[in-house]
Amino acid sequence: MMKRIGVLALQGGVDEHINALLNASEKVQAPVQVVEVRTAEDMEGLDGIILPGGESTTISKLMERANLFSPVLQVRKIMGTCAGAILLAKKVEGANLEQRFLSLMDISIDRNAYGSQKESFEAQLDTEFGRISGVFIRAPKITIMGSGHVRPLAFHGEEVVAAYQKSGERHYIALAFHPELTTTKFHEFFIRL
Amino acid sequence: MFDLKKSEANSSTGTFAVKAGLAQMLKGGVIMDVVSAQHAKIAEEAGAVAVMALEAVPSDIRKNGGVARMADPKLIREIKSEVSIPLMAKCRIGHFVEAQVLESLNVDYIDESEVLTPADSEHHIDKWQFKVPFVCGCRDLGEALRRISEGAAMIRTKGEAGTGNIVEAVRHIRAVNRGIVSLKGKNKDELSESAQALRVPVSLVEKVLELGRLPVVNFAAGGIATPSDAALCMQLGCDGVFVGSGIFKSSDPEKRAQAIVDAVAHFNNPKKICEASEGLGKPMDSLDLENLRPEEKLSRRGI
Repeated sequence: MMKRIGVLALQGGVDEHINALLNASEKVQAPVQVVEVRTAEDMEGLDGIILPGGESTTISKLMERANLFSPVLQVRKIMGTCAGAILLAKKVEGANLEQRFLSLMDISIDRNAYGSQKESFEAQLDTEFGRISGVFIRAPKITIMGSGHVRPLAFHGEEVVAAYQKSGERHYIALAFHPELTTTKFHEFFIRL
Repeated sequence: MFDLKKSEANSSTGTFAVKAGLAQMLKGGVIMDVVSAQHAKIAEEAGAVAVMALEAVPSDIRKNGGVARMADPKLIREIKSEVSIPLMAKCRIGHFVEAQVLESLNVDYIDESEVLTPADSEHHIDKWQFKVPFVCGCRDLGEALRRISEGAAMIRTKGEAGTGNIVEAVRHIRAVNRGIVSLKGKNKDELSESAQALRVPVSLVEKVLELGRLPVVNFAAGGIATPSDAALCMQLGCDGVFVGSGIFKSSDPEKRAQAIVDAVAHFNNPKKICEASEGLGKPMDSLDLENLRPEEKLSRRGI
């Protein structure tokens, strides 16, 4: 049966992830059905979900209003980019007090670590899947990696910019940059999990 | 520990991918005009993806008359310190020094806006000279592509700001869409003619044909007053919306702001739009465009 993978589609760079998923699924020859997720009904039978980049405060509020926190917490594998990575982290520096998170990964993340848009950048990254170009947009910074079941997937210089956590059958990936804009490597990895 | 010098050695800021990238991350969102730190907080709490700092909302600019300029840097700083979401600010068309000032204030986006009084009747700002990205208004495909060729990394329709009347925004969205469709099936010579008529490089026209849409994110603006207005623009193909006077000139800004955010997130879901629309109180005072003299139309500025 074709695996269903959702992309949270309340706000943010949604189409980019849908395209990356479809291209990745062709490359690894594992057909997937991609679902835009806006309501709890859309979550039915999902094998994985991607939390896109966008404004984390906006996405968090919209998830709460659509009662999506508890169904998303049940999903077997989750990949979050930028805002999505913030939602996955257990500790968030610079968060709004009333903002709600999924808090699934043993990492700390600094929400607006790089400052304003002028500081946004493109850079070459060393990843588990080779050297790629990464785009960082008002990006968060992964400041602390938990010990044990969290490991890095990508570096910018010495800094970890992608983290992967396996907890039993659960798989979580947090990326500070936007792989969906430049590569399908991370989506291929996600599909295969 | 992390070596700053080492890791920044191979990174570049201010590239077009980075500029257009922020707009991509704003998609599906609502950007709200605010004139105070208190407004900005309300906008953020409602779920705005960004705030636009200015001295007066468009409907007041219309009423006040005179020259409308970039906001006081002090106000921009106050708003910036109040919220964690991206901050945009407006400069006058062609006023590259106002843009330099805004860049030095570290705003996240500059709106080179017809809502303010133009500073240059012939030229827009050469936006390639800046690291900070720009959004510009348009009424049709030609205006959109001319602004992109000047370096705009995001486009919005002009609509007719400060009227609470959606008719001009719809006209402009449809005109852009029609312009894109009209390129279909054209051969190389015809595309070159189109590019000439639109006064833009042919490579840009070819890109639009290839993508079947503008090569940058396109928001709706100018006249959005209700959740349904916002969802209408989204269903017509826009990537998100700007709301100017529509929120803070209504009787219950908190409630309306949140309702418009919800309607944009669920723009294809009439039940959700209906829920969002209930009991919002009085919308902003609106203008019938029939009574507007041509010279009162802000959208005719900067074409």
